[in-house]
Amino acid sequence: MSQRHLRVARVCKNFGRQRALVDVTLQFASGEVTSIVGPNGAGKTTLLGILSTLVRPTTGEIFLGEESIHKDRTARQSIGYVGHEPGVYPDLSAQQNLRLFAALYAIPDAEACIAGMLERVGLGGVHHDLPARAFSRGMLQRLALARALLHNPDILLFDEPSSALDPVGVRWLADELDRERKAGRLVILVTHDLDAAAQVSNHIVVLRRGRVAADTTKPDGFAPAEVRTLYEEALRDR
Amino acid sequence: MTASFWRYTLLIAGKDLRIEGRSREVLYTMGFSAALVVLVFSFALANATDPAQGPITAAGVLWAATLFTGTVALSRVLDRERENESIRSLLLSPAPRAAIYLGKLIATAALMLVVEVLLAVLVGVLFSAAVFTHPIWLATVLLLGTLGFASCGVVFSAALLRARSRDALLGALLFPIVIPVLLAASRATACLFDPLAPDLDPVGFWTRFLLATDVIYISLGLWVFEPVVAGE
Repeated sequence: MSQRHLRVARVCKNFGRQRALVDVTLQFASGEVTSIVGPNGAGKTTLLGILSTLVRPTTGEIFLGEESIHKDRTARQSIGYVGHEPGVYPDLSAQQNLRLFAALYAIPDAEACIAGMLERVGLGGVHHDLPARAFSRGMLQRLALARALLHNPDILLFDEPSSALDPVGVRWLADELDRERKAGRLVILVTHDLDAAAQVSNHIVVLRRGRVAADTTKPDGFAPAEVRTLYEEALRDR
Repeated sequence: MTASFWRYTLLIAGKDLRIEGRSREVLYTMGFSAALVVLVFSFALANATDPAQGPITAAGVLWAATLFTGTVALSRVLDRERENESIRSLLLSPAPRAAIYLGKLIATAALMLVVEVLLAVLVGVLFSAAVFTHPIWLATVLLLGTLGFASCGVVFSAALLRARSRDALLGALLFPIVIPVLLAASRATACLFDPLAPDLDPVGFWTRFLLATDVIYISLGLWVFEPVVAGE
């Protein structure tokens, strides 16, 4: 895993006259799990969309190392994204979905890679012809993670990854995030769940009305009470 | 356009056709709708007596049914990208947006052409059209007409991916744009269906017209697909 920094430099995003992000400057490092928290409409998903390269900022830039990710098209290959929705084709099986993405990313030795990835996310025993439509929500989320990790990206982005998971699924996801952090991957997740953020993160960003209201890193991680205090203080009217 | 561009294009087209091969829902819906349209027209026009109008009517029915069933194909092929937000995964992959467009175009056109073969046979039987007199010409006209229709349709369908009443909007936006394609295709087909036609000069003219329209529409599609699909 290459050690790279992701730098958000004075990013603004307007939708018509509405300002979704205002002068956002942030830095994320490899081996960090960052949780972006904030109330509804704070701009969290917009920021994640910009980080994923799917949304262009109105002004400002995002740099991965020294390259602007919106100018360098190959930057997309460094990003894995897991959203609310699993981003897989429901009529294809887990294998067929991963085979398609392995081909799109030109992954060498794809079959071995797919088998290993399915085993890792706990879908190794699923019938090879079962369409993803028949999967439970938890299984779909596991398949989504397998798809996002398949091309070994430097950056992993998650949008409310645990919103539809049961407690076992949430625990599994937290373990996976920890594993990715230890592997040196740069992980960013958007969440409403402050306890989940405290459980997995060592970097917390609080957004409020499109601006950064708090940006704190603690290498040893946060206690849930610390995150709650940080969040409440950041959202207090100033 | 490099070899990898075409690899991405074929991967995306292959994926759509594989999904259809598993579910067959688009083909069955299109085939059923096509048969229904042709049957309704054949009953409605059963007492038409002017034999000179026969080829024109048959060509009109063929292309009206194609328009109708093509809209079903367009709507469903892009709808599959909306389910589970798979379009996001596709857009995040290294595949160029233009390759995604061409892949979708190839898959949609392939599905339409399969149904058009059934349509042509039905029209031949029910309207006594000379479907098999010039099979190569007819195949060329069907191919070019289908590409012209699908090239615009994929762009509009992608633009309406997140719209609430996209099925209604798709027809309203797409049909006026594809009028030149439909006019040319139905004129060429009417000439081909006419066993008394003195020569194929008009077919040649309308085929060249279709080819030019396709080049323009596909070029525009390749150009506008990226901003359309990104919602910018």
